[in-house]
Amino acid sequence: MIVKQLSVFLENKTGRLARVAEILATKGINMTAFSVADTSDFGILRLIVSDPESAGAALRENNFSVNTTNVVCMNCPNEPGALSRALNILSDEGVELEYLYAFSVNESAMVIIRPSDVEKCIDVLQNHKIELIAASELYQL
Amino acid sequence: MLIWNETMECMDRDSMRKIQGIRLHETVDRVYHNNTFYRNKMQEMGITPDDIQSLDDITKLPFTVKTDLRDNYPFNLFSVPMSEIVRLHASSGTTGKPTVVGYTRKDINTWSEVMARTFTGAGVHKHDFIQIAYGYGLFTGGLGAHYGAEKVGASVIPISGGNTEKQLQLMEDFGTNVIACTPSYALYLAEMMKDMNIDRSKLKLRVGVFGAEPWTETMRREIEERLGIKAIDIYGLSEIIGPGVSFECEHQCGLHINEDHFIPEIVDPVTLQPLPEGEEGELVFTTVTKEGLPLLRYRTKDLTSLTYEKCTCGRTLVRMRKCTGRSDDMLIIRGVNVFPSQIESALLNIAECEPHYLLIVEREGVLDTLTVMVEVQEQFFSDEVRKLEELKKRIVHKIQSTLGLSVTVKLVEPKTIERTAGKSKRVIDKRTL
Repeated sequence: MIVKQLSVFLENKTGRLARVAEILATKGINMTAFSVADTSDFGILRLIVSDPESAGAALRENNFSVNTTNVVCMNCPNEPGALSRALNILSDEGVELEYLYAFSVNESAMVIIRPSDVEKCIDVLQNHKIELIAASELYQL
Repeated sequence: MLIWNETMECMDRDSMRKIQGIRLHETVDRVYHNNTFYRNKMQEMGITPDDIQSLDDITKLPFTVKTDLRDNYPFNLFSVPMSEIVRLHASSGTTGKPTVVGYTRKDINTWSEVMARTFTGAGVHKHDFIQIAYGYGLFTGGLGAHYGAEKVGASVIPISGGNTEKQLQLMEDFGTNVIACTPSYALYLAEMMKDMNIDRSKLKLRVGVFGAEPWTETMRREIEERLGIKAIDIYGLSEIIGPGVSFECEHQCGLHINEDHFIPEIVDPVTLQPLPEGEEGELVFTTVTKEGLPLLRYRTKDLTSLTYEKCTCGRTLVRMRKCTGRSDDMLIIRGVNVFPSQIESALLNIAECEPHYLLIVEREGVLDTLTVMVEVQEQFFSDEVRKLEELKKRIVHKIQSTLGLSVTVKLVEPKTIERTAGKSKRVIDKRTL
């Protein structure tokens, strides 16, 4: 249930994100989700793509610093209270989150979580019958 | 116009050469018998003190470079027992180890003498109030200026660097006539005056005695105009004595070298051959009265030329042109010596770092700023902002503690810093002096 996320270091200057998108496009790689964390002089792009391995290789070829991080994707019903319930479970069980981002598709809301302890996070969510999305499914979205 | 020591400062050339010759022989003799480093060097070259009988023999002597001081850290280049040393100063070195200089009581007196000449040359006298805003401490600027100012009998305000509001307040309240500081700090003072709405006419400032960093005629005019003063350039380096090696008079036409204490030569920085009068080359000094740390033919790395023509002020001391550049890559930022290699070693001390960096020196307003661009290598790149910020902080801390200078660190993408074959471009100096 582990999902591979790519993290890319971006200098805070115009055109850097566009360059990443362009590299992935020429390799025919699709982005399922991404988020950008920004500071005053750099940003970190986190993205879920259809083919993490070749995406990583293509970016490295173009001198980007890339690393792969294990994240978890949970599927909450796209309705009020669903996220609240899931997050309460995680906090009650002592799972710490570094960051998360989300997108919704029709009835489902996909929440990508970067917990400090991935294994524990998966166990907790599965024990509470919260649906997790497998990497293979997510990449196909 | 007054001259502090007319006998020495206005001496005819022949007499000066004679005195220099005698003092040179004495120095070489003393160094040879009291200092292993120089004795070994001279023996390797097959010379003894008897070979140095007149000024012309100076070219037979070995050169001394900054690394010699570092290699003999801390005290091995001293030529007197430590019991004779009454003061130690230190300046930053290339590997984080400072360059240490030691003074005997006589050296302190010499220093006060040459600084008294310096202040007198700038028109400072015993009725003046002088505010010394050079840093006091291991840096030679503060105490060097202090002793000279006391010797001329001025009322000395030893305020040291920084604390600008207080500086301006005391200037107004005490009626300060003379300010001694770095030229960039002088401009900063002018800026603060404006911000604090201090009317220039309320101040009695007349002269500024500026040194410790390179500055140009343009900057001089700006300081003079903004502060309404005469801006005088002084030159010195701690290895030779500190401030007081040479000084401008009120005519501002070259710096008079206190050559009865420090004999200057100009050499080709590559061949090390002496160059004729008027030609630009590397400035080299031999100290001929110093006891604690006498140096033979010390290469300053500063580029300038000499003229032996008598000055309008009446002084016959040889004059050096305001320095135009340096023969190595040392940067002077806010009066602090910075070698790119220091930054390199600081980065290498952080396990995750590779030494791919670029230094950008800029002048923001009137103060120099140093930005260090460091490439983010994959092995230390993290997906967490917090970790990158921590890394950045560690780099800043490491560099600051090595240089003693505040820096901005900017993380950049890999391979964005230009690589060149051979000597890489590590510094972009955007300051327009």
